[in-house]
Amino acid sequence: MAGMVWLFWKELVRFGKVAFQTVIAPVMTALLFLLVFSHVLEGRVNVYEGVSYTAFLVPGLIMMSVIQNGFANSSSSLIQSKITGNLFFVLITPISYVEFFIAYVAAAMVRGLAVGATILLFALLLVDISVHSYTLVLVFALLGSAILGALGIIAAIWADKYDQLAAFQNFVIMPLSFLSGVFYSIHSLPPFWQTLSRFNPFFYMIDGFRHGFFAISDVPVAVSLAICLTAFILLSAITLSILKIGYKLRV
Amino acid sequence: MGRSSPAVAIEQVHKRFDQVRALNGIEFAIQPGEFFGLLGPNGAGKSTLINALAGLVLVDSGRLSVMGYDVRSQYREARQRLGVVPQELVYDPFFKVYETLRFQAGYFGLGREAEPWIEELLHELSLTDKAQANMRSLSGGMKRRVLIGQALVHKPPVVVLDEPTAGVDVELRRQLWSLVKRLHQDGHTIVLTTHYLEEAEELCDRIAIINHGKVVALDTKADLLARGISKTLHVHTREPAPNLPPALADKVKYVTDDYIELSFTLGSDEDSVMQVLDMLRDAGVKIIDIRVEQDDLEDVFVQLTREPN
Repeated sequence: MAGMVWLFWKELVRFGKVAFQTVIAPVMTALLFLLVFSHVLEGRVNVYEGVSYTAFLVPGLIMMSVIQNGFANSSSSLIQSKITGNLFFVLITPISYVEFFIAYVAAAMVRGLAVGATILLFALLLVDISVHSYTLVLVFALLGSAILGALGIIAAIWADKYDQLAAFQNFVIMPLSFLSGVFYSIHSLPPFWQTLSRFNPFFYMIDGFRHGFFAISDVPVAVSLAICLTAFILLSAITLSILKIGYKLRV
Repeated sequence: MGRSSPAVAIEQVHKRFDQVRALNGIEFAIQPGEFFGLLGPNGAGKSTLINALAGLVLVDSGRLSVMGYDVRSQYREARQRLGVVPQELVYDPFFKVYETLRFQAGYFGLGREAEPWIEELLHELSLTDKAQANMRSLSGGMKRRVLIGQALVHKPPVVVLDEPTAGVDVELRRQLWSLVKRLHQDGHTIVLTTHYLEEAEELCDRIAIINHGKVVALDTKADLLARGISKTLHVHTREPAPNLPPALADKVKYVTDDYIELSFTLGSDEDSVMQVLDMLRDAGVKIIDIRVEQDDLEDVFVQLTREPN
């Protein structure tokens, strides 16, 4: 147990040391998106009755940042340790594969939440927006960052080189998060894309998260919650079984 | 897990990587307090064996244990008792020397109680003034010492060093040797793999030589040195081209203007030197100088790991 807490703490110190890059930079990016899109599209696009486009955009941008940073934290830390070889000093300790999983995922959640909370703070100051249910917001942020933290572990174990991980990030994580309804409601899409969006798990994370703000969403919040929970359980099970057999880590 | 357990026990261990039999029925035990050498040419299976002990290589069959604890089924207990210094200089560039050691102690579940020991380790390893330096800024020799510190941070009774002096200069090698000797005197069981036979000769009590995943020799250093082929007798005779009987003609090593050098490979029994000298005298050869060369571990090693023709 104590070993796990130290591994978790090490992960926090690691991203804390480069907070400019791991927290401040993604906050900046999200705020730039907010600035540009809200200025260009405010008043032209109306998604939900009584919700301004800028307000609509805020939860999507926050969740997209939570997702991307959750993934980035576990995947970049793990692949660096794997490629530089210092993971050796973690693998030879009594830390179990379950503890290893918890430490990496929990650290990914902390980073995701740190980025998300900072963007929210700015949004509350700059945009006319209020939060309907902080509980829902928190639950979806936790689930989203945990799911992506687990996915980051899988990607980092699978990838043998940095460019393979970058490919995973650019060709899987980025499209799924951009095509998940961050900038629009899926009801504004043609039927084909609407159907396709329903197969994107990120869509449910963002839709449920947005429900926490406006109490309106594209699909019922219970459905989003159920799908996110299922995704989390499924990905955790896959990650744990990969770690248990020691795939690519213990040959 | 009583006092009678060996420090390290390796029983019929097999490991295959695709077509390569990396470990092919390795079996030996190391007793507590031993200074044990693990020798073998590149690719012999030394690192695979060490990684199997550390839990990084999962063997196909057989059993490995540390202080009586199975490395698979009782991995927590086994790893708590094992410190490994890896061959490569691996480090996390995010952290300072002190942080590196502190986190490592934490992974083994150690809290505040580890801190005085970390200070002591830093001192022992001459790293006290580098405690707050980033790992990236250290020289190769300093990084190596941090790795040793990481392996010792949880005070393991068994310490494995995988080629600790590979690519290290003479001065640092001496330093590392004295450090490892001190660890041994403090009661640690030491397992050392090395390319340098000189190193094994200097430090180890008992040596296993492995090749192609098999133990080809396992003995005390003294007995290993005493094996079969252990002496060469060099004889210088006056006269360029004395009349040598056919039995001696093929012993000629080289001819100069002043003398001929003959060399004889001898068994370990003392008589053979006399036999050769008698033979030379009978042949009427005038001896001006003789020299007996004792084979070292290197010759034994070469002999044992030579490819069969």
